[in-house]
Amino acid sequence: MVKYQASGMDRTFSALADPTRRHVLVRLKDEPGLSVSELARPLSLKLPGMMKHLDVLSDAGLITRTKAGRTVSVHLSVGPMREAMEWLKRYEHFWAVSIDRLVALVEEDGER
Amino acid sequence: MTKSLPSVTIVRKIKAPPAKVWAAITQPKLMMQWWGPDAGPTLSAVADVRPGGRFSVVFRLLNGEEHNPTGIYQEVVPEKKVVFTWEWPGMPERESLVTFLLEPFDGGTELTLLHEHLPDEDARKSHKEGWRGLLDKLPIFLGDAEWST
Repeated sequence: MVKYQASGMDRTFSALADPTRRHVLVRLKDEPGLSVSELARPLSLKLPGMMKHLDVLSDAGLITRTKAGRTVSVHLSVGPMREAMEWLKRYEHFWAVSIDRLVALVEEDGER
Repeated sequence: MTKSLPSVTIVRKIKAPPAKVWAAITQPKLMMQWWGPDAGPTLSAVADVRPGGRFSVVFRLLNGEEHNPTGIYQEVVPEKKVVFTWEWPGMPERESLVTFLLEPFDGGTELTLLHEHLPDEDARKSHKEGWRGLLDKLPIFLGDAEWST
């Protein structure tokens, strides 16, 4: 039924609830492996500010960072988002079926 | 309030007047006849339908699993609107919020169900843009085919 890793979901949701971080994810989708400074540049963010956002995304498991020499490149990780979608899908299923039954119940003895 | 966080919305036009739909949503005897995600039985229903009142439903799925969502009624406007919190005992999920809206429609009722995931305070403060935009983009991240439905 409606089960999932709650704490992970909470982190995903709060990580995604920020326009800068969503922007980062969308960019990483198009350009995987961008460096931290490449991510920060168009947002006119200072590196420490960007690092903070990346920490949040990383804690939520939404990105992975790999270091090659002096450059850290950032990649998207879709697992947690999949989980967020699961939350929606499960509730959608739960309610879709329940409400079908509700409708059947009230319409059944209502019209005749 | 939390409309921009992920939520499930279902809208149905029902050929029965709001009074009747309201009864089905709020009277335990009637709730037991429809509540649950498959044809398994609803075992009990508690609905103290007033702000602060308790909500609890136990249902058994066809696979034998039993579930017991509980909550507290937040807002009650007879035949128009009922809002209650929702949690699954034994699961550390943060509360979510369920809203039923009833609108008279052409002799029947337009029923809107909204199930929202409640954000924590940080998320509440920081989210400015809509969630929907992001959710629209999720299929891009995840591969269109799998999420096309």
